[in-house]
Amino acid sequence: MPSLWIQNARVIDPAAKRDAAGDLFIRDGLLVPSLSAADKKRAKKIDTKGLVACPGLVDIHVHFREPGQTHKETIATGSHAAAAGGFTTVVCMPNTAPVADSAGTIQFIKDAVRRDAVVKVLPTGCITAGMKGQALAPIGSLKRAGVVAITDDGECVQSNELMRRACEYAKMFDLPLMDHCQDAALTHGAVMNEGIVSTRLGLRGWPHAAEDIIVARNVILSEYTGAHIHCQHISSRYSVGIIRRAKERGVKITAEATPHHIALTDDLLSGYDTNYKMNPPLRTEADRLALIEGLRDGTLDCVCTDHAPHTDYEKDKEFDFAPNGILGLETSLAVSLEILVRKNRFKLPRVVDLLTRQPAKILGLPAGTLAAGAAADVCLFDPDETWTYDAKAGFSKSSNSPWHGQKLTGRVKTTIVDGKVVFTNGRIV
Amino acid sequence: MPWTRRHLLTLEQLSLEEIDQIHATAAAFKRTLTRSVKKVPVLRGKTIVNLFLEPSTRTRMAFDMAAKRLSADVISLDGSSSSTTKGETLRDTAENIQALQADMIVIRHAAAGSPLYLSRILNIPVINAGDGAHEHPTQGLLDTFTMKERLGSLKGRKVVILGDILFSRVARSNIHALVKMGAAVTLVGPSTLVPHWFTSLGVSVSHDLRSALADAEVVMLLRIQHERQTSGHFPSVGEYTSMFGLNKTRASWLNPKAIIMHPGPINRGVEIDSELADGDRSVILQQVTNGIAVRMAVLYLCSGGQPENVMPTE
Repeated sequence: MPSLWIQNARVIDPAAKRDAAGDLFIRDGLLVPSLSAADKKRAKKIDTKGLVACPGLVDIHVHFREPGQTHKETIATGSHAAAAGGFTTVVCMPNTAPVADSAGTIQFIKDAVRRDAVVKVLPTGCITAGMKGQALAPIGSLKRAGVVAITDDGECVQSNELMRRACEYAKMFDLPLMDHCQDAALTHGAVMNEGIVSTRLGLRGWPHAAEDIIVARNVILSEYTGAHIHCQHISSRYSVGIIRRAKERGVKITAEATPHHIALTDDLLSGYDTNYKMNPPLRTEADRLALIEGLRDGTLDCVCTDHAPHTDYEKDKEFDFAPNGILGLETSLAVSLEILVRKNRFKLPRVVDLLTRQPAKILGLPAGTLAAGAAADVCLFDPDETWTYDAKAGFSKSSNSPWHGQKLTGRVKTTIVDGKVVFTNGRIV
Repeated sequence: MPWTRRHLLTLEQLSLEEIDQIHATAAAFKRTLTRSVKKVPVLRGKTIVNLFLEPSTRTRMAFDMAAKRLSADVISLDGSSSSTTKGETLRDTAENIQALQADMIVIRHAAAGSPLYLSRILNIPVINAGDGAHEHPTQGLLDTFTMKERLGSLKGRKVVILGDILFSRVARSNIHALVKMGAAVTLVGPSTLVPHWFTSLGVSVSHDLRSALADAEVVMLLRIQHERQTSGHFPSVGEYTSMFGLNKTRASWLNPKAIIMHPGPINRGVEIDSELADGDRSVILQQVTNGIAVRMAVLYLCSGGQPENVMPTE
């Protein structure tokens, strides 16, 4: 593998508090402080004038649908979408078919990753057997098989007793629990945020209280058991408040926000467009702004996409009958830059932090840094380039995105994984 | 102003002028209903498909009747006889109906927004005959038509809608029409079925029957929609009736000239006393008759007819 010399970039490395013009050097798949004169001569040079060089982006919440739902996405196509979006490490959710609740399924996923993936794809396992919320999954075996966390994402463990035992048991293995916070009884048949818009549209409402109750439950159980619970895709202002107060007390709770929840609100559902249907649903402007403030003050730890591919024919239905979820990997950086940097005056390094070091830290992943000796996972992007996102021409197997056809600013130019260019000039290498 | 709309999807999107146009057209058609020969030839040679994917008696019969009065050919499909039970998507069903050269489709569906969805797929006019808890525009039009017939202008009139508002498409369509027509609308019922969100539509919300009914000129009752409720929104039917059922005593609080309305089907003894439903203040059956005229107007206008050409020679 040739050495790489990334020249004239604006290097942003939040872990090192670095934001300066400079070069990056890569040898044998690792970042190094510099190259020898001989290496420099032979190195492949990438001129990155005008570009930002940052750690490869990290997304700890994606759905790659393999095994079992490969008509929507595969580990290959999902990893291509990740690379195109600047991501070098992603964590995939276990709600596949079958669900990833056994060491065998985890091994299947790891084999597919080794064979097909162009970025680092890390598996999670279920909290409960069959993701049914009735009994614990074999969490120890899952850990041994290589999961980085356990979660019943898509479902939420409803029994407080079972969740308490899961916390205690997972803590023994230092495994974080990632929870999709939703009280099922409060959201039966619900398809959008409950409020003025759902009242007008005659659609069944999903009250934010259903999220708040489980977030509070998780705070209580985390404090009681000492386990680390990560609250996924927080959508409610009230939940942000619960998490803020818990963190002030030192509770081991972390949380994420998605690009769509910080960018979009429920009034966009007026046309019953199923590309605005996801779970948790888009909420109000007050919620949206609270999420942004949560990211600003660190109440919310990171931005994750909840990349959830569904085919055109699955989404092309009556609103009530369409599945939840939208793509995210190829638009996450641009949307985050738009909302956080340009609209809400976050500093660019802060946003890079929310997309790299912070998510990696939640799960203790060796990613999100440009430190010498670290794996050479790098994202090169132009923060100012405006482009039109064509979801149908994207790298995901599906195209269910509310940003389809829209102009976005901020474009990934090159993605490097372990020192190897995997995406550049709009192509997977 | 010429009529330009091809679809009737909601009353929210109609202007007051458009509502008036439909009402005027319906009034003209209503005069034909009492002739010995009731058919008018305006839609001769056209085929209208009634796609009713949710149970319906009144609405479906009225649409049927309206189409036949206009001399159109009508085919009615219901949920159990359509291919949706074999797993066909709504898109495919609708595209097949269009490929069979239907000229118009009337749809009743349990999913809110499905008429809008069809209108984006099809080239033929789509008429909403009720979509989930969203809208039932022809019901709103016939209700306001009936009110106007009895009361004249609705500006400033006090209208109470009483019952299960949360799950009611009839309420939503009536609210949009009545607010545009200048009526003062109050929604009444248990707090679980009349959430405060409704005030955003320009109406008042009350849970006190006595003050709401005081001097009201219209009271419209709505059925409890057990089929859409997922959990107990109130303790029992008995308690509902005792708190919110319209009986003689409560009816005496109304304006002496008030009319009592109900879109049907009525549950006698639950939301309304049997006696009141049959009494002389009740306009429930007039609503049904007006339902034909209003639907004739809608079918006629959305197939390209103009309000001023409505009265054909006999």
